[in-house]
Amino acid sequence: MTMRDRLIFALQLLFTILVAAFLIVPAVLSMLAGITVNYFRGIQSGLTLQWVVQVWQLYSDTIFRSFLIALATLGVTLVVGIPAAYALHLRSDRFSRAIEEIITLPLAIPGLALALALLLTYGGFSDFRRSWLFILAGHAIFTLPFMVRSVMAVFGAIDVKTLDEGAASLGATPWRRFRDVIVPNAMPGILAGSLMVVTLSLGEFNLTWMLHTPLTKTLPVGLADSYASMRLEVASAYTLVFFLMIIPLLVAMQMFARQRAGAASL
Amino acid sequence: MTRQFNAGEHGVAVHIEHCAKTFADGTQALGPVTLEVARGETVVLLGPSGCGKTTLLRIIAGLETPDAGGRVLFNKSEVTRVPIERRNVGMVFQSYALFPNMNVADNIAYGLKIRGVNAAERSARIAELVALTGIEGLERRRVDQLSGGQRQRVALARAVAVRPSVLLLDEPLTALDAALRERLRGELNRLLRTLGITTIYVTHDQSEAMALGDRIVVMRKGAIAQSGTPREIYFAPANRFVAEFVGAANILDAAYSNGSLLVPGGKLLAPDAYENPKDRVLVMIRPESIRIVAVDGAGLCGRVESLNFVGDRQRVAIAEVAAKPIMVDAPNSIPLEVGERVGLVIDPSAVRLLPGDPP
Repeated sequence: MTMRDRLIFALQLLFTILVAAFLIVPAVLSMLAGITVNYFRGIQSGLTLQWVVQVWQLYSDTIFRSFLIALATLGVTLVVGIPAAYALHLRSDRFSRAIEEIITLPLAIPGLALALALLLTYGGFSDFRRSWLFILAGHAIFTLPFMVRSVMAVFGAIDVKTLDEGAASLGATPWRRFRDVIVPNAMPGILAGSLMVVTLSLGEFNLTWMLHTPLTKTLPVGLADSYASMRLEVASAYTLVFFLMIIPLLVAMQMFARQRAGAASL
Repeated sequence: MTRQFNAGEHGVAVHIEHCAKTFADGTQALGPVTLEVARGETVVLLGPSGCGKTTLLRIIAGLETPDAGGRVLFNKSEVTRVPIERRNVGMVFQSYALFPNMNVADNIAYGLKIRGVNAAERSARIAELVALTGIEGLERRRVDQLSGGQRQRVALARAVAVRPSVLLLDEPLTALDAALRERLRGELNRLLRTLGITTIYVTHDQSEAMALGDRIVVMRKGAIAQSGTPREIYFAPANRFVAEFVGAANILDAAYSNGSLLVPGGKLLAPDAYENPKDRVLVMIRPESIRIVAVDGAGLCGRVESLNFVGDRQRVAIAEVAAKPIMVDAPNSIPLEVGERVGLVIDPSAVRLLPGDPP
């Protein structure tokens, strides 16, 4: 082995060890803790599902609410984000760049600040404030830039303007062009954006923690709640449940996206 | 509101009146241009990049609106403010703009589908067009499975499928390699003659313009430099720009004296039609209208500066005739050597006087 090869090997080994130490080991330990009878006595205290059952009994509503909010957020970002990306791409002038910046702003502003602003403005509408729609509003604002950006990235790559003109020359109205040509060709970006929006919405804590009420907790808020007020084993069991719910969903979405992307490039 | 411009079989006549285009950033892409295209005529807009030819085409298409005062008419009805989707045009883009989400047949049928043509009629028309453009068997292919030449044909089939009032082509052969370009140019010519529809074709390639146009409109800096048949443009260019842009041209600065034109290398006869002569004039002579002869007794002489054998002929640069070496296309059989002195014979009818003063 040359000096260079040895250096590369050492760096790769270091990287692997770091990933294991900070990503895989903590996750596994946390999930193990969730099925351990007594965490402080360790695994020899025995394994149990009682904590998982307890989590399900106490917090199953947060799980369903989280999925509801994630899907609703996806719906909002699709309906708002795709036409917005289309419009922003077509008129790439100073005005549209300013709009793009404003849409992107929630990425840079702390979620707490966003939530505070929402509370200040709409906290007085108590029916709205008390419903899950209030959280939906926060999630939509937070995730919209991800949808807009990933759709715009595809528009930048496929010369959508000429495709649009081509469809127009054949007699298609703006709406037909959007439906028949723009959306189908933006599909890879739409799928990537959707994946990101659902993932972000399910895991969002900052904003949600400020916006929730005791009756509108989501998965991550429930996790914080259980960690603050329950045994460590219960919080860990919660993490386990979280993983079990999220991972199959993400894998399914990835597969769907890959299938579509594969079909699109055939 | 759907307006139909009854195209008939050969499309509409297109009138462009005082159409100028200034873009939002202040650049003027097109000066006020007036142009008439007869029904069924093929007009080629020819010019270097930035001459405004594509802008003019886009104004005719309805993709751009002319500045105030400009008007576009199809068969005498004004369409200046009518968007492209209601103009019933057929357009072939330089990048083809085929829809990657649809196969070849769906691309061709898209305009018909928009017009509510039923499925049976659509498939009959698809069959007709794939036969016409020679792409049989590709109907189910995806667009990205096609070669450049095949894409070009699909784009053409898609544009004519809707029986447009006018067919607009924006550099349709530019994206192809040279050999394919030449072959498709021939096919395109045949197809345009078969369809007989009003066609406006944009290109920067003068050989394409010569081959395809009933009429060529040479453009320069947003204005029309000359409009005429390919022969008129080639043999009687209106000015120095057209002479040099279309084909190869020798531009000579000559002194006029008593029926003769004097240049450093000797003298040549001025054309008969030349009246009211000035003392100094600019003349244009095409390389193929100069004959190389023996030096003895020739009125015009020069020295062979370089030889460029191109197969069917040889292009010879001859110095000492004028200020700059002149180009002569000589038969490939004449033995010539660099440095050799030769005589030149030019028929007066091949000497074209250009307007304007010599520099």
